[in-house]
Amino acid sequence: MEEETDTPKINNSFLRDHNYATEADVISTVEFNPSGELLATGDKGGRVVVFQREQETKSEPQRRGEYNVYSTFQSHDPEFDYLKSLEVEEKINKIRWLPQQNAAYFLLSTNDKTVKLWKIRERDRRPEGYNLKDEDGRIRHPSTITSLRVPVLQNADLMVEATARRVFSNAHTYHINSISVNSDFQTYISTDDLRVNLWNLEITDQSFNIVDIKPCNMEDLTEVITAAEFHPQQCNTLAYSSSRGSIRLCDMRKQALCDTHCKFFEEPEDPSTRSFFSEIISSISDIKFSHSGRFLMTRDYLTVKVWDLNMETRPVQTYQVHDYLRGKLCSLYENDCIFDKFECVWNGSDSVIMTGSYNNFFRMFDRNTKKDVTLEASRENSKPRAILKPRKVCVGGKRRKDEVTVDSLDFSKKILHSTWHPQENIIAVAASNNLYIFQDKVT
Amino acid sequence: MRYSYQRRTCAIARAKMFPKGTKRKFSDSREEPVAGGEDVNQSSLAAVRMLSSYSLQRQSLLDMSLIKLQLCHMLVEPNLCRSVLIANTVRQIQEEMTQDGTWQIMTQALSAANAAAQCSADRLVATEVLCRQTEAAQGEQVPKPFPVVGSEGCPAEEVLEEEEEAAAAEVGMTMSTVSPQAPTSYLPGTFGMDPCWEEEETGEDDDDDDEEEEEDSEECGSGSEGEERERDSLVEDTRTAEQVFGTFEIKNPAPSPDPALEELFSDVDASYYDLDTVLTGMQSVPKMGPYDLLESLSSHGPSPLSSSTSCRSDLNELDHIMEIIVGS
Repeated sequence: MEEETDTPKINNSFLRDHNYATEADVISTVEFNPSGELLATGDKGGRVVVFQREQETKSEPQRRGEYNVYSTFQSHDPEFDYLKSLEVEEKINKIRWLPQQNAAYFLLSTNDKTVKLWKIRERDRRPEGYNLKDEDGRIRHPSTITSLRVPVLQNADLMVEATARRVFSNAHTYHINSISVNSDFQTYISTDDLRVNLWNLEITDQSFNIVDIKPCNMEDLTEVITAAEFHPQQCNTLAYSSSRGSIRLCDMRKQALCDTHCKFFEEPEDPSTRSFFSEIISSISDIKFSHSGRFLMTRDYLTVKVWDLNMETRPVQTYQVHDYLRGKLCSLYENDCIFDKFECVWNGSDSVIMTGSYNNFFRMFDRNTKKDVTLEASRENSKPRAILKPRKVCVGGKRRKDEVTVDSLDFSKKILHSTWHPQENIIAVAASNNLYIFQDKVT
Repeated sequence: MRYSYQRRTCAIARAKMFPKGTKRKFSDSREEPVAGGEDVNQSSLAAVRMLSSYSLQRQSLLDMSLIKLQLCHMLVEPNLCRSVLIANTVRQIQEEMTQDGTWQIMTQALSAANAAAQCSADRLVATEVLCRQTEAAQGEQVPKPFPVVGSEGCPAEEVLEEEEEAAAAEVGMTMSTVSPQAPTSYLPGTFGMDPCWEEEETGEDDDDDDEEEEEDSEECGSGSEGEERERDSLVEDTRTAEQVFGTFEIKNPAPSPDPALEELFSDVDASYYDLDTVLTGMQSVPKMGPYDLLESLSSHGPSPLSSSTSCRSDLNELDHIMEIIVGS
């Protein structure tokens, strides 16, 4: 992986310009589709923006397929739950693409309560020459029709339209934190704080509850589900993580209600680092199966861990994302940053993992060479098409030039969401209302 | 009555926690003689300081966590994961404090405070009025040793300060800074000021004697000087146990039975753990945080604590809700 061992090769090739900084524009999820041709982003205002990669042209080999806006639509609207007198936010929590089966693209998008299946398709032809209505669409008076004609498809301007094909609602009492499409491409799961529901993509009025950790007495509640995902190949296997730092692997064939796990992954706590914040920082914010299906990656507040599904006792690799924050946990608790949920991603070959941090930094770890790099997603500090410079946070007393001290980190600039192209070295990173897309250098 | 009890316990605690090295003006004529204040030797001094620093941090963490639990979004459902994590932290602290034995002390102080507060609930207005009177009388009250409560215009606050410090000192912990922005809001609600106490204060100040005033504030004020140093090294927390105690009272006005432990957590439980209730509409009644108490008490005297707050925040809620319904 040349990109990681020789970081100057990473090329910042495209920056999306979002000049307005309203709260509704804050990006809340990013996801490449399975082919990498499309990139979807969801924001706090309930909108989904889909980018499409340009076809590569021989005349401009440097513009190796930039991403341009393909479609924009309002996926979710704010709702008001009259029964509970509570507002339901329209913020898009997750987007997951379905594999492409025909000319149209399908994706699932969800807010706190409702999952929707959207169909995005192009229309560049229009039927013209109707008999009963004229070109404007007005109905023709039958007496004016003197001859019959067959409507013909004419070329029209390319239009991309998005329609909501399914709305899966009323299945979650708590906030949905993840959705995951099954490898059978017929079912998917939606997960909230206490339950995991299984849906069929065709059926919207029924879902099966397969995991339920709600205690009889809510006062006994000490653990919630933070994320869940289907295994990439085994359609009967799913994993879910908890706020206590444990992962449970479930087999749906075993029983209908997967409350008992098949495998339980948890690393014993290191007593020397125990503090009042131990539990909070062990809470897993994201889990991702590797593409191979053999490993599972989890992100907690300070680390990323890679687990071998065959070994439950401890992870096979642990990477420190920003260990320098360990001494600042109290202030991070006070300003609520300790509850930030960072995501993590694999690259296409499972050799590199990436996750975000503060100050618009994000980190990549090469699992083979054990090297890591910190990069910054910032317009001020890098020009378009310039190679990204590795950043460093200085932890000791002496600060070298270009290093950033821990105290000068901007905790309001956090990279929570990112995604990696399934085959190539293209990453998309969301920094508040800005989307950064990086590619490795064209050699 | 209660005042003198607190003065005494404060003095004792202060002697234990802030021995040698704490700068203070000396006046024992008002205090009960306390032995051993100056005699603590150096070796235990360091240990005591370390212990109190840890206790301080733990206490401030507890306060912070409880505030976080109390203040939740009115319109949007609170984040369950976050709430569970904070609650677990609170429980962890509580368990540790129980093992230490500090929990018992704190709950005793609370129940004392609560008990006093209960019977004076209807005297809230009275104390407010009283405070204003005493304020006039205590025109040039010497500012307390620590800079935060420097304003002379808030003797009530000082008065409050002393009380809360007394209670806090009693449990072997010092008070964190009261921010200047926290005005007399907390004053009436919390410990239910005893009017007699006010008079005593006034009486003392009639002499207009610096020394005496200082020693008044001294009882707990001198403790505060040592506190000051501790406080400086503390993390930025500016909460007072005041707020914590205050919120307990708001939540749980009825006198509670033993154990005090249960009482302490009953309101946290009721208000938060019972999520089903929360989710099914209790949210619509805005929870009373300490800030809400200020509003309610300043606008209406002894009226039911919840209604006045509801009115005000309900209006804002209503606007917001109308926006959504109208679909703007």
